[in-house]
Amino acid sequence: MKNSMLLAVCASVATFATVATGQVAPSEVVFDKYGAVAASLTGVAGDTANGVAVFKDRKKGNCMACHVNSALPDMQFPGEIGPPLDGVAVRWTEAELRGLLVNAKNTFDGTMMPAFYVDSGYTRILAKFEGKPNLTAQEVEDVLAYLQTLSE
Amino acid sequence: MKKITLSATLAAGLAIFAGSASAQVDLDAVLNVEGMDITTRAPAADFLDIDEVISGWVYRTKETQALQMDDFENPGMIFVDIAMDDWNTVDGSEGKSCASCHTDGPAEFAGLRAEMPRWNEEKGSLFNMEDYINLMRVEYMGAEPLKWAKPRMDAMVALISLQSRGDTINVAIDGPVSDIWEQGQELYFTRVGQLDMSCANCHEDSYGLMIRADRLSQGQSNGFPTYRLKNAKLNSIQARFKGCMSNIRAEPYAIGSEEFRALELYVASRGNGLSVEGPSVRN
Repeated sequence: MKNSMLLAVCASVATFATVATGQVAPSEVVFDKYGAVAASLTGVAGDTANGVAVFKDRKKGNCMACHVNSALPDMQFPGEIGPPLDGVAVRWTEAELRGLLVNAKNTFDGTMMPAFYVDSGYTRILAKFEGKPNLTAQEVEDVLAYLQTLSE
Repeated sequence: MKKITLSATLAAGLAIFAGSASAQVDLDAVLNVEGMDITTRAPAADFLDIDEVISGWVYRTKETQALQMDDFENPGMIFVDIAMDDWNTVDGSEGKSCASCHTDGPAEFAGLRAEMPRWNEEKGSLFNMEDYINLMRVEYMGAEPLKWAKPRMDAMVALISLQSRGDTINVAIDGPVSDIWEQGQELYFTRVGQLDMSCANCHEDSYGLMIRADRLSQGQSNGFPTYRLKNAKLNSIQARFKGCMSNIRAEPYAIGSEEFRALELYVASRGNGLSVEGPSVRN
């Protein structure tokens, strides 16, 4: 009971925060039919410096668990499950990249890539991650800004 | 850009990388332990969507591979020695040790590990090695059951497994276990956790590729219990399931649960044709 009340309070705070900052909630993100997301999730320009930090952070983006990125040669032993991110800014538009970060399954049906801005619909999610997206809306925009620098 | 074009681009990217990755894995490496050749590659069972089953040993570095080829170098063997002491130690109300009844030693269990888990007709349930060990302890020794995924149990499982080293994994999937096997198969392909991945995403679709600094294997269980360099101890099959689920931010099933028992059966059957390696060495 106590927990559910706490959850309810948290939920309303979260809703309020969303409204107050003009963020798009995970459930309200609008995709086009190819999985691209044209509108910014926050209306605030992405910060590339924080973007690269989130990109590298094993508990956040952890992008190099699966992707090569030659622009970060200090990051050793990149994964190779997903395609390399070299030149990703040339191959994809901003909207397409945002869509891939928010939920790549809308672009590639059944892809192994985790969704980074989806907060519901998971199976057996660990309690501490319940109701939370992998990244915040601004973190998605920050990573997106960083990806847009990867033009070769 | 259309969806289909994007998929083709992705597939091409993957193909290039799969090529470079396999160049670093020596699929023809031979696992010879103390003069015994161990089968590390075999044709896959008909129910699998892969052509070949491959032991996780193949995907380890030369240095890690070498540790398993010499029993004096294999840290898992230390625990086998500890279990041998346990084997000879009287425990429980009946005043017996394992050795009291099994007068020919652990070798009496040669071949058992290759069939694990299997249906126990008398008990009417699926039995794995832990179940058999505890059955003996409780019913014949009058001793407390050992806790699963704890050092004493994992060591005893290693001792019994060792007696079947080199034997071909031959786990039955039909008859009384067929429903459990189906459940295990479903669990294997169910995406779970915040990272929303199934066992198959890594171990069927992506084996041989690097996931950061680690090379994905097929997740075969023939080498369990496994001595992992990462945590410097023996690891049971179900403890590894738990670790995998936590990694993908999923609530693990309980060790010994119906779900993990079913998954253990299904995963074991995916390795039919490989050899018993336990205790193996992995990273």
